[in-house]
Amino acid sequence: MDPHYPLIYVFHFYLFGVIAIASALAFVTRKSPVSAALWLVNTMFSLSVLFVMLDAPFIGVMQVLVYAGAIMVVFLFVVMLLNLGHPSDLADVRGGWWKIGAGVFGLVMLAEIWVVSKTRLSGDLVLPPGANESALAKLGAVGAIAQPLFKDYLLAFELTSVLLLIAIAGAVILGRKVGTSAR
Amino acid sequence: MLAEALALSAVLFTIGVIGVLTRRNAIIIFMCVELMLNAVNLTFVALSRFYGVAGQVFVVFVMTVAAAEAAVGLAIIIALFRHKQTVNIQDINLLRG
Repeated sequence: MDPHYPLIYVFHFYLFGVIAIASALAFVTRKSPVSAALWLVNTMFSLSVLFVMLDAPFIGVMQVLVYAGAIMVVFLFVVMLLNLGHPSDLADVRGGWWKIGAGVFGLVMLAEIWVVSKTRLSGDLVLPPGANESALAKLGAVGAIAQPLFKDYLLAFELTSVLLLIAIAGAVILGRKVGTSAR
Repeated sequence: MLAEALALSAVLFTIGVIGVLTRRNAIIIFMCVELMLNAVNLTFVALSRFYGVAGQVFVVFVMTVAAAEAAVGLAIIIALFRHKQTVNIQDINLLRG
């Protein structure tokens, strides 16, 4: 299924994949929420590089703008607002049984990957080779996504605005101090 | 590169699950959920090369849901912190029977 890739492409793919995994491991092992958030931002940056390499430049830009730029900044704002004190006081990591259970669960999921990677999907689902590249060349990075988004998925797109509206209302109501009136 | 991308996204998802299971800080658990969503996005993008651009449209929707989820979840965490003065989920057990 895969065409032949040049060595420089494969090298960079593996490089940023390793960076993503290493930063993710650093992220789950940090005690301080701030350094954890910064490692997660690093993971997201390397993932955005991978998105660009996988012929999705618009998604890569959105990854940097929305995830690293907006969502993680909200996380850091909340960490700053809560004033949690020194990270070592939190007694953050769970005890032995939880760790063993998580390790077993991780092994089960990795075994699942190994099984799934052996399966092959039927060929008639697959696009003809070069279809995505030609769409990117014809419509541009944004147009290639905008065409299906505003034609086939227009209803879902409009419903997303309702979702965001409800989320804004919920966040405002939940974040309000108890006892203060809305007026 | 499809197999490598799928393997990478699965490893990232597993790291996120392990983080959710082993950490107690509610903010870090939330960030682990974001990591899992990112891993799923990588799957969508990798498969969209072979199965059509709809995968990338789904990534846009996943990002929207992640933004909404982060806003509501962090508001919940702030409300919890106001009540309990902690984000350690061991101390937040109102619904435990």
